[in-house]
Amino acid sequence: MSESNSVGIVKAQVAHFTQPLALKSGAVLPQYHLTYETYGELNAAKTNAVLICHALSGNHHVAGRYTPEDKYPGWWDNLIGPGKPLDTNKFFVIGLNNLGGCHGSSGPSSVNPLTDKPYSATFPVVTVEDWVESQARLLDHLGIDQLAAVIGGSLGGMQALQWNIAYPERVRHAFVIASAPNLTAQNMAFNEVARQAIITDPEFFDGDYYNHGTVPRRGLRIARMLGHITYLSDDVMGEKFGRKLRHGDVKYSFDVEFEMESYLRYQGDKFAGEFDANTYLRMTRALDYFDPALNYGGDLSLALSLAQAKFLVISFTTDWRFSPARSREIVKALLDNALPVKYAEVTSDHGHDAFLMHDPYYHDIMRAYLEQVKV
Amino acid sequence: MINAKITNIRPDFALITNWISPKSKVLDLGCGDGTLLTHLHDTLKTTGYGIEKEDSNWLAALKNGVDVIQMNLEEGLSGFEDQSFDTVILSQTLQAMHNTESIVHEMLRVGREVIVTFPNFGYWRNRMQITFGTMPVSKSLPYQWYDTPNVHLCTIHDFDAFCAQHRIQVIERKVITGGQDVHVLPNLMGNLAMYRLKSEP
Repeated sequence: MSESNSVGIVKAQVAHFTQPLALKSGAVLPQYHLTYETYGELNAAKTNAVLICHALSGNHHVAGRYTPEDKYPGWWDNLIGPGKPLDTNKFFVIGLNNLGGCHGSSGPSSVNPLTDKPYSATFPVVTVEDWVESQARLLDHLGIDQLAAVIGGSLGGMQALQWNIAYPERVRHAFVIASAPNLTAQNMAFNEVARQAIITDPEFFDGDYYNHGTVPRRGLRIARMLGHITYLSDDVMGEKFGRKLRHGDVKYSFDVEFEMESYLRYQGDKFAGEFDANTYLRMTRALDYFDPALNYGGDLSLALSLAQAKFLVISFTTDWRFSPARSREIVKALLDNALPVKYAEVTSDHGHDAFLMHDPYYHDIMRAYLEQVKV
Repeated sequence: MINAKITNIRPDFALITNWISPKSKVLDLGCGDGTLLTHLHDTLKTTGYGIEKEDSNWLAALKNGVDVIQMNLEEGLSGFEDQSFDTVILSQTLQAMHNTESIVHEMLRVGREVIVTFPNFGYWRNRMQITFGTMPVSKSLPYQWYDTPNVHLCTIHDFDAFCAQHRIQVIERKVITGGQDVHVLPNLMGNLAMYRLKSEP
């Protein structure tokens, strides 16, 4: 199958790091590896690199397919490719799997070279700050001093923000999409319910399920079902499922009666079959802990006072998990620092997930902005 | 080149330019496609931001290289600090605002100076149409009564009274018709009013 505007068949790469990484928690990773993919060519001056930071359950596979038969392309394939808004004829695009992930980078499910067993629960808690540090080392490894742009949605947007705090001189443009400067109490409450579902699963074994030959499937699927509810909007759920019945009439049972339930169970099962529970715990924790203003007395403007990039901030009207008001907090902090910022509030029915969808206005914004980015 | 640019620009934009200091920081409310901000930047090296609600205008402003914030002015300017701009501009949008009083106060809070322009409802052609029993439709008010976005039309007299009542200092007022200054009977002869304002000390 050959598609126009696709980066085509892609292959992941692995970078090994032997310089110890001191994490924010105080733990030290003596060695680790990061799995990543790249699309397009790095130009001679190495000025056209774009880093894509992934969200909660994302990974390095951002665009293209692994085989011609591959059913699904990378998770942001609608945005990335030749002639697409993030044009791989112009940019060298990098996607990576964050530390603690379960898609090839060092994480709880990968083998600890010191013990030859999975890290399991011994894999430390990682933060957005740690990720950015490890991403900076990946750039060093690739010989890239400065990014043309760092782009992220949701938890990825937090990484894009953190880049401008930790390495302001290494970023020319920062895209913070459907994101927030920190989580609200409600956000954290959802994360806690998701984690409790996993931790209290009898097959969790304090995170050491790899050595028990089990998977805390029930917990993971409940966590994902909960997540899915919060990523969609009531409107889009209503439009997609409404109160549609699965079997035409009610059966007064607790089996699947409504289409909505069928969808949630399907999403939950699919996720539980492919995602790692320990990674899910760590990713939600990274979300909880991120709060760049904390060290500045709660003043986000102060936290971003050294930022140098030009910013594009985008929110979506029906996103109630990371509402437009949260994006406006980021915009305000950028305005306070007189930084160049463009902010769009995209009218969309799709809730938080809108940042992954092909909304014409949203993609026009991305295209128009990226056309102006000099490489 | 610069002259060509100036003659091509809307006359009220050219006059606004005269009220802006070089290299100053400007906020343009309802900036449309960003023409005014781009002009100010090109001629006076100003910095600043535009605010625009409509998607197509927002995108056009982005394409013009303007730092544009998409938001609804009716919700105020809470994202902006007190006195953080040299000048805040609201050109030909006041009449379409619902929260007229609060937006003027917000502008005075955020900017050291404020520029407001609006079509003068007291212009004689408007009065003539009313005299003959129809709502005014003209180049400066190009809408029918049923499709107009304008909800708060006023005359120059009305706006003068508004400023006096709200303790707003009028630094300068210009009244124009077809790009020409009007000095005689401005409330009758002018179709566009331009005010340069600041808070009374």
